[in-house]
Amino acid sequence: MPETLQTAPRLSARTRWRDTIRSTPPGLVIAVLAIAAVVLVAVFLTIDLKGNIAYILPRRAIKVSAMLLVAVAVGVSTLLFQTVTANRILTPSIMGFDSLYILVQTALAFVAGAATLATAPSTLKFGLEILLMVGFSAFLYRWMFTGATRSLHLLLLVGIVLGTLFRGFSSLLQRLMEPSEFIVLQDLFFASFNNVDPGLLGVSAVLITLVCVGVWRMRHTLDVLALGREVAINVGVDHKRVVMRVLLACSLLVAISTALVGPVTFFGLLVVSLGYQLCRGFRHAWLLPIVVLIGAIALVGGQLLLERVFGFATALSVIIEFTGGILFLYLLLKGSLK
Amino acid sequence: MTTTAVRPTAAASRNRTGETARLVAAAAVVVVIAVGSIFVGVSDVSLPALVANDAGAWEIFWVSRVPRTVAVVLAGMAVAVAGLIMQLMARNRFVEPSTVGTVESATLGILVVTVLAPDSPILTKMLVASVFAVLGTALFLAILRRLPARNTLLIPLVGIMLGGIIAAVTTFFAYRFDLLQTLSNWMIGDFSGVLRGRYELLWIVAVLVLVGLFAADRFTVAGMGQDFTTNLGLNYARTMRLGLMIVSLISAVVVTTVGAVPFLGLVVPNIVSLLFGDNLRRAVPWTALFGAAFVLLCDIIGRTIRFPYEVPVGMVMSVLGAILFLFLLLRKRNA
Repeated sequence: MPETLQTAPRLSARTRWRDTIRSTPPGLVIAVLAIAAVVLVAVFLTIDLKGNIAYILPRRAIKVSAMLLVAVAVGVSTLLFQTVTANRILTPSIMGFDSLYILVQTALAFVAGAATLATAPSTLKFGLEILLMVGFSAFLYRWMFTGATRSLHLLLLVGIVLGTLFRGFSSLLQRLMEPSEFIVLQDLFFASFNNVDPGLLGVSAVLITLVCVGVWRMRHTLDVLALGREVAINVGVDHKRVVMRVLLACSLLVAISTALVGPVTFFGLLVVSLGYQLCRGFRHAWLLPIVVLIGAIALVGGQLLLERVFGFATALSVIIEFTGGILFLYLLLKGSLK
Repeated sequence: MTTTAVRPTAAASRNRTGETARLVAAAAVVVVIAVGSIFVGVSDVSLPALVANDAGAWEIFWVSRVPRTVAVVLAGMAVAVAGLIMQLMARNRFVEPSTVGTVESATLGILVVTVLAPDSPILTKMLVASVFAVLGTALFLAILRRLPARNTLLIPLVGIMLGGIIAAVTTFFAYRFDLLQTLSNWMIGDFSGVLRGRYELLWIVAVLVLVGLFAADRFTVAGMGQDFTTNLGLNYARTMRLGLMIVSLISAVVVTTVGAVPFLGLVVPNIVSLLFGDNLRRAVPWTALFGAAFVLLCDIIGRTIRFPYEVPVGMVMSVLGAILFLFLLLRKRNA
């Protein structure tokens, strides 16, 4: 009995807290998040800064820029994907996008030889990979999303199994290569925040900026798209073309983030769910920056916490997987209990 | 009344003779594949060499080839039957020990025992893995009971996620204790390490398959729910416990000796049900035979596709199994 007496006021306090957040103007939310992100980045760059500063600082800068780029790429692509598919659970990673990217890369290496691939100009290689991936994913996901039955559960299950299939197929192809080639290829994949290729950072930053400018200009169309296919068509949106364009943007962003740090399955889901919690209304003009900032705070802050407080090195993706998995399960069960 | 009672019995007995003949024929086919697989490998173990009584060939035959084939057959049968029992208990065609967290829990168990008591014998590791597998599967079944509607596709989704969460915990600690490489040995089934003296515990699963064969009908009844089961005079809790134990033990034993064999328990029972319908007494032996044949074929593919190197059977299985699973999922969509 005393327990129920205690929980009642706590519950109302929580709703009151949520109401406070919901009634905060989105501009203020963005400002607070931005300040937090800037502070975290500054702390990350300067904490325990001693010894050879000229050596340490650029390395930290590379690491932190990779995180920021990934935060933008994953946050924006997940938000776009959820808008286009009009749901809150599907994300590009859960649907197998990033394992598809790894498969495309492996298949290229298998056909052309890993050594050729490693010495080929990185922009040419990247362009070819993106082209293949966009083509294939556009084919695959248009086919899936325009099918007769559009059960969310079926889509999810097919996506998860496709992801497993792509991963399995990649590792099979990798095993079939010459062992020496396999080693070269392995180096291309297992990047983490600790050994990001600085050469790729510049190209990625330019590409991400271009995509983001395009997305930003589409923000009002995206608001309409979020209302569902029928409404969007009624209002006069060229649904098919816009969806294609958004999927293209998603493929680009996923490819970039996967190339930079490897797959992070549930990060997008975590960030976008939090974004919807913090943002009143569903305007992309607000959602986009909020989601990106939350991503930056989560990555930089999480890494900082792991490295400095717990003394771990690179297990951040595992923690993301763990919490993201629980959130996913929660959303899944909540959605089906309704 | 007597005529109606007699006729089905006669038909049934006639059916049973035909059924037995077909089962024996299928078993013969499996034996042929198994014998064939004995002669696949890097070192020369050919029939002429054996006939000529080549000592080296005979040694490889007894130390490596025969144990390997026996291990493949045992694991294939057991994992497929475990999948079938899991499907009956969850009353869902899309679940199996590796999609509900059982295999992941067993792996976590091995990791825990490897970290805490690295020198413990393999039987201890198996026991700990089994305890973890039971707990993980029980957790899944508990979540399942709380789902209001038995949504066909939601159940495997929840199971896969549960497995993913447990796997994340395992990876986290494997990373901390520098055991990631060891971990991948358990996660990808591989028979290349099977030698005489290293696989014999797999015979345990043969016993478990037999128990499953005799108790199969009970799992169907238990899958119908507690009230239904009790009405038929069956102890619901005890039946569920038995199923849980069989599935978890099989998974734990297979994971500790050869590693996880994904999708097998899912695909084989589905194919059997497509071919033979849902008669359970018939399904168990057929599932066991198909399971053995499927793993034998995958193992032969793995051994020959990149000769003289080997591709682990788990990898071949994850590609073939995933394709078959997709086929099963999308089959209904077009219907």
